Amino acid sequence: MSAENVREIVTDIYENISSQSLEKGDVLINTLHAIQDHFGNFIPIEAAEVMKDLTGLPLSRIYEVLTFYTMFSTHKRGKYVIRVCKSLPCHVTGGQAVVDSLKNILEIDFGETTTDGLFTLEETSCLGLCGVSPVMMINDEAYGNLTPERVSEIVDGMVSRERSE
Amino acid sequence: MPAVENTVLICAGGACISAGEKSVKNVFEETLKKYSLESVVRVVETGCMGACDLGPILVIYPEGVFYQKITAENAARIVEEHILKGRVVEDLLYKGDSGNLTEKPQEELPFFTEQVRIATRNLGVIDPLSIDEYIARDGYFALHKVLFELSREDVVEILKKSELKGRGGAGFPTWMKWDLTKKAEGDTKYVICNADEGDPGAFMDRAVLEGDPHTVVEAMTIAARVVGAQKGFVYVRAEYPLAIERLTHAMAMAREYGFLGENILGTDFSFDLEIRIGAGAFVCGEETALINSIEGKRGIPRVKPPFPAIKGLWEKPTLLNNVETYANIPPIITNGGEWFSQYGVDGSRGTKVFALAGNVKNTGLVEVPMGITLRKLIFDIGGGVPGGKKLKAIQTGGPSGGCIPLELIDTPITYDNMKKLGTIIGSGGMIVMDEDSCMVDVAKYFLEFTVEESCGQCTPCRDGTRRMLEILERITEGEGTTEDLQLLKDLGENIMSTSLCGLGQTAPQPVISTMRYFWDEYEAHVKEGRCPAKKCKSLIQVVIDRDKCVGCTACARVCPVEAISGSVRKPHDIDPEICTRCGSCLAVCRFGAISKVSP
Repeated sequence: MSAENVREIVTDIYENISSQSLEKGDVLINTLHAIQDHFGNFIPIEAAEVMKDLTGLPLSRIYEVLTFYTMFSTHKRGKYVIRVCKSLPCHVTGGQAVVDSLKNILEIDFGETTTDGLFTLEETSCLGLCGVSPVMMINDEAYGNLTPERVSEIVDGMVSRERSE
Repeated sequence: MPAVENTVLICAGGACISAGEKSVKNVFEETLKKYSLESVVRVVETGCMGACDLGPILVIYPEGVFYQKITAENAARIVEEHILKGRVVEDLLYKGDSGNLTEKPQEELPFFTEQVRIATRNLGVIDPLSIDEYIARDGYFALHKVLFELSREDVVEILKKSELKGRGGAGFPTWMKWDLTKKAEGDTKYVICNADEGDPGAFMDRAVLEGDPHTVVEAMTIAARVVGAQKGFVYVRAEYPLAIERLTHAMAMAREYGFLGENILGTDFSFDLEIRIGAGAFVCGEETALINSIEGKRGIPRVKPPFPAIKGLWEKPTLLNNVETYANIPPIITNGGEWFSQYGVDGSRGTKVFALAGNVKNTGLVEVPMGITLRKLIFDIGGGVPGGKKLKAIQTGGPSGGCIPLELIDTPITYDNMKKLGTIIGSGGMIVMDEDSCMVDVAKYFLEFTVEESCGQCTPCRDGTRRMLEILERITEGEGTTEDLQLLKDLGENIMSTSLCGLGQTAPQPVISTMRYFWDEYEAHVKEGRCPAKKCKSLIQVVIDRDKCVGCTACARVCPVEAISGSVRKPHDIDPEICTRCGSCLAVCRFGAISKVSP
């Protein structure tokens, strides 16, 4: 992925989003989301430089937004980002055991990525699925009523699907 | 075309989807095709039906038979038995406590029958992707009324009579916000929907957006008409992709039908909406932080006043309400303010959606008149605590709220009562906790949350909450002192009086409230090194009763750290040095030989 490449892609995304927006000059966050989706769960740091040129905003403004929000990452993350809920409703219904088993199975801690580049483990605040707690999200998909057994089924299932592809 | 004989509603709320709804629906539809029934059976995916613990749920009409906890395997059986042969599949019916089966729990269980559904009137009833179904349930009638029959002042008057207060947390009278924004000077104004629902344990906004997105579109269009706004934004958190998807669809349909966009319903009134997606910052639920985030900045709160009604988005007058508040607007306008205020009690009128979560049997969403007692909500409607355990406390209001102990369970839920008890209704999350929950641990949990979510702008919140967390960590690790307790209290009061925004001003609340009602528990930790709920890992040990142990080895096999030793058919032992107190062994022992002890 060359710098020119990033510039071209980011410019396209920015122009596309700006053209659909009701107001100008406030599309930074939506654009960053789209850039992150395009590159697969992370934003290449070079993109900030491009956004600076496109928006005319100081680079510091772009960086501060990029680093303030927990969902943005400038580090390469796994193909699947697992976000496990660490809020109280999940905690009182067995969430800790689920967290422990995820760490055990994946052999990583929060914020780390598996060596095969498949999974990144993150914690999230409430996902609003407390009726079926404990819960986690893998990319955009939510999984509820988790137990350590179900967690290993889900992860194993994904791993074997990846291997067969 | 053959006439439709059955309509099947499948709950496609977020919770049911995460419990496997998609595969249930696929198998169900494939089986219908297999028997060439697809033209006489209509399958509709609805929004959240509310009873999350029963999901995935499927209801077959015209009879209204309610099937629960369906798996992909038995979805086919429902087609083959119920649809094809007209036989009810008994083992998938709702089973009451006494083992009795019921085909229509929605007409019998207090969980359903005690509800008065206004904000959630369409959830689980209509297809959220169909604007026609929304219209068939009186949708967009209120907008029509506002455009053709009522003056802008009339609408404010109706809201005033309804006594509706903001359902997002602060409980500010809605009519006053509308009136202030309406009267604010300026040609450019905005309306915003705060859909950055983030209080742990609250999920009604998610359900409304996913299950009835048009109600938000309609209410915001009405609001824009009344306050004189041209553009609106719905700020949805990125954790809710399904809500974003369904709202986007609803907005497109509304534009097509002339309810949104240029010259709405042929009038000279134009208004359009756009979705803005958050990026994982709880503080953006604070209205001025949210405004900053929409402007493409860090989500840090602004100093108030000026209030958004005067100077909000891009310095223009801005009306902000949350999802549930908006969802109440169309029916209030259609039926009148008095109709809404007939429900509830003085000072707390109308209905409120509560989210039941944690250690409660019937988890999910319920909408009930305000003023209902906690007992009725948790026990009659919620079914009480599962597993024969005792209720210990109910946490309300998320990280800005507090815990209500069992002794106060007969309190009616009103804004004033909750304040007296040292908590708030907040957005309506009710986290029920049984006797196994340690209140110090709960307080620590909320502080971890605040430390993580503090925006970092003001010192009391950024540094103060971190110091409070360190003290709580010391206490739960058995290293706390009695001085620590006083320090916690002082620090908490300090942070509350000196923080800039609502997040900091209420952050110590979970600690102050648990100290108020569970002082003994704090003292046990610091004075006796004991955790009465046997939750704090540093203060407990897991032991095997050698008299009860039969040596089945089940515990040794599940232990992730190999802390358990012993030969087959001989009593086992746990090495406390290796044991991590994870409790895996406790869960598998069939002889009740393993227990947690705290000195």
